Amino acid sequence: MLDHAVWVRILGTVIVAAPALFVLLLGLAALVDRPLSERAISRLGETVNLVGLTASIALLVLMIAFDSLIEPINFGTWVHIPNYDFTVKFVFDRLSVPFVILSFVLCGTIGAFASRYMHREKGFSRFFALYSLFLLGMTITSLAGTVETMFAGWELVGLSSALLVAFFHERPAPCRNGLRVWAVYRISDAALLIASIGLHHLKGHGEFSQFLGSAPWPDGHCVLQADQVFLIGLLLIVAAAGKSALVPFSGWLPRAMEGPTPSSAVFYGALSVHLGAFLLLRFSSLLELSPALGVIIIALGAVTAAFAAFACRVQTDIKCALSFASLTQVGIIVVEIGIGLFYPVFRYVALVHILGHACMRTLQFVRAPTLLHDYRILENAIGGHLSHAVDPGAGRFSERMKLRLYRLAMERGYLDAVLDEFFVKPIVKFLKLCDQLERDWIQWLSGGKQEPTVEPRPRATRATVTLADDNV
Amino acid sequence: MTELHLPLLELAILIPFIGAIVVGRLRDPYRARQYSVWITGVTFLCTLASWQDFNLLNYKLADDPIHVFRYLLGRELFVIDELSAPLLPTAALIYFLTIVTTMKTKVRRFSFSWSLFSEANLLAMFSCRDPWFLMVFLALGTILPFIELRTRGRPTRVFALHMAAYIILTAVGWALLEREGLNQPHSLWALSPLLIAVFIRSGILPFHSWIRNLFETATFGSALVFSTPLVGAYVCCRFVLPVAEESVLHNVGTVALVTAVYAAGLALVQRNIRSFFCYLFLSHSSLVLVGLDVVQHTGLTGALCVWLSVSLAMTGFGLTLRAIESRFGDLTLTEFHGLYEHTPALAVSFFLTGLASIGFPGMMGFIGTEMLVDGAVETYPFVGVAVVIASALNGIAFVKAYFMIFTGKRHSSTVSLGIGLRERLAILAVAGILLLGGVVPRYIVSSRYAAAKELLDHRSAVLNDDHSDAVETGHHEGEPSPKDVNELDDD
Repeated sequence: MLDHAVWVRILGTVIVAAPALFVLLLGLAALVDRPLSERAISRLGETVNLVGLTASIALLVLMIAFDSLIEPINFGTWVHIPNYDFTVKFVFDRLSVPFVILSFVLCGTIGAFASRYMHREKGFSRFFALYSLFLLGMTITSLAGTVETMFAGWELVGLSSALLVAFFHERPAPCRNGLRVWAVYRISDAALLIASIGLHHLKGHGEFSQFLGSAPWPDGHCVLQADQVFLIGLLLIVAAAGKSALVPFSGWLPRAMEGPTPSSAVFYGALSVHLGAFLLLRFSSLLELSPALGVIIIALGAVTAAFAAFACRVQTDIKCALSFASLTQVGIIVVEIGIGLFYPVFRYVALVHILGHACMRTLQFVRAPTLLHDYRILENAIGGHLSHAVDPGAGRFSERMKLRLYRLAMERGYLDAVLDEFFVKPIVKFLKLCDQLERDWIQWLSGGKQEPTVEPRPRATRATVTLADDNV
Repeated sequence: MTELHLPLLELAILIPFIGAIVVGRLRDPYRARQYSVWITGVTFLCTLASWQDFNLLNYKLADDPIHVFRYLLGRELFVIDELSAPLLPTAALIYFLTIVTTMKTKVRRFSFSWSLFSEANLLAMFSCRDPWFLMVFLALGTILPFIELRTRGRPTRVFALHMAAYIILTAVGWALLEREGLNQPHSLWALSPLLIAVFIRSGILPFHSWIRNLFETATFGSALVFSTPLVGAYVCCRFVLPVAEESVLHNVGTVALVTAVYAAGLALVQRNIRSFFCYLFLSHSSLVLVGLDVVQHTGLTGALCVWLSVSLAMTGFGLTLRAIESRFGDLTLTEFHGLYEHTPALAVSFFLTGLASIGFPGMMGFIGTEMLVDGAVETYPFVGVAVVIASALNGIAFVKAYFMIFTGKRHSSTVSLGIGLRERLAILAVAGILLLGGVVPRYIVSSRYAAAKELLDHRSAVLNDDHSDAVETGHHEGEPSPKDVNELDDD
């Protein structure tokens, strides 16, 4: 008979290995150019989610049965040199287990939905390859027991999300939006990386238990000094803001709706958008050391919720409206987390809010393509048109002010425009100037003989036919 | 010093050298390519075997069992040590992959004979620790691109000016140091000629113009094999690191850091794929130099890991761009081209190698980049954050290029533009190594830590300045032996 610890280890390994195997199989098939059939991919996805979910629930039951609040599983030190360790460790506690169960439930639901929704779509295999990467990233991030492991999962989620935004890549708009999402995610990743390096320096190790305390979440007591955590806390807030589309990074969320509906539902409506909040919850015992950080988090959440609720009112397509509705709730969740830094019970409120909101929003997103159909059914049932509620405060504003507010909401508070105009454009302009100066410098050095281009374009089909022969 | 079991080191140098002579006499370029593939393949196997043989010996330094040069010169010319052991197969692999993926349309333009000669020279350079012979090999290494530019009627002035300055400054710099005496730390002024030489070869600001010029005027293959082995970093390790004061190295690191951010920024605004590749490469190679100059075990180990990862990843990335260029000509990065549907394998290769170059999780460079950032932040507390900024910008630049080349519109073509078997195998090989190095990083990191330790120990011995504290030199359980007892006697 296996004892409790062995069962925990087996189940924990299955939870992490199932999505990893999914990525491996789809990745190998793509690399050797032997794509799996739609049926095989769907079955594989269903099996992985089912196995992962069953193992997660079994682990939860085991933890409840043995009255265990935290179960760390150490996969060993992958790299060890003096003064530097890279440990792969996963932690199962009251934060990570609900989150990983949520991930498997929603990813499983969306996987089943997508296998029909994406049927005979050209990029079916590509969608599921990215979906598998996302699932792996979510699992690693949720269960990470070290800051480096969390960073690895965090990056996987970012990459798969950005590529799924650009899924319909024959059109330029999804690609531009995918690039923007990626750029914001890189800022978020950079902030998390610097924070993790800072933590590594302070404690000489990246294990959460080393600086968040060994008590199970949310009772951990951070062992760092208050003055040490402020800068690191700010970086964590930036990382969370980028991932959860909080102000001023909110611009990417509606852009992310360019992706296929299943990915919008599970990524930007449910899981990915809550990952920033998850990060803040995970580090809550560190953030609580500095009251200023608590105030910043509350303010950031409140501003985001207000902004999203404002912009949501005028959106003209259902997915964008849902994305802002989702952001409103994320803002409120962040406020709850901020309050939770002063009153710890609110951390549970935030966690429950995340779980409920993610499930509800996923349902709304997957129903979005059939919105008009649903409206018709509703109207047939009530025997008339649905009422269009008028905002009660609308009468207080003049027509001109209403128009201004409408434009402000329509342009999403000009957040993207402000970032582009005052941040991106000056840098790009400067870089282009440097590039031109370099060209002139090389031209001068080479005595004016520098040729601007390199290889000529292959001229006729004959050349390309030769290339094709050559390839064989 | 001990001996390898077989004369693999000298074989690895001799085979491409003789191959260059044989291939040079062939008139048929297709046969020349075929011969070259075999020659570079066997050379790669020899270097790989020499690395493994060296590991089995468990010594810090080894030479071949046949002592030809000891009879001729009175000392061994070619040796293998912790630093050079993995660099040899990496360099050989770069040449092998470049030649394997050279397509029919390129065989008349790409000189196989000179490439083999250049490979022999590069391997000789990585195996040589004698400063003056090393300088000869460094000088010979600049010949291939120069001859190619001349043959193709391209302007050579920018390249020739920079390379002449680089060779002269290396020689003058080392002569000055020898005159002052090597067993003492040298000031910034005494080291200036050598530092400028390193800056030139590594493409550090403001001496980087020649790399862009080379990529825009030479064949992509020649530019790749000349740049991706990171010879500048090697020059820094051999000539500068052992004798420079710590403050001097930190200054070099700061300039390299500025270059890394600047080049990453410029990669974002490039309009053609070659100059884009050039700046992306410059940014990565500058990051390696940053790590080399932190004079601290973690950062140096990270830099040496990133060196291998960047060499391989950027070679794979460059070869992918070269394959794209062979099919579609010079592509601009100011408009979408939508090539994904025609060449999905190239798109996957582009993405994988690009991710590997920025040290994405699961790839070979991930741990190395983390260690490099760790070391850089420790040495330059706030400026070191620029490493992360450079890495973030590189990530944005390469994804932007991916979207521009492979997505954004539907490209129409009446013939198949998919990749062939050779290219596929090359891509699989590079992807396999990069992924394997990411999943099992322990072996590479241990090997690079041993090299970092050897470099810093050597530096301490030369300067009589102990940089390795008690903790860092300690032997830890579960780690491979640091090879630190018996071999010192042999040294």
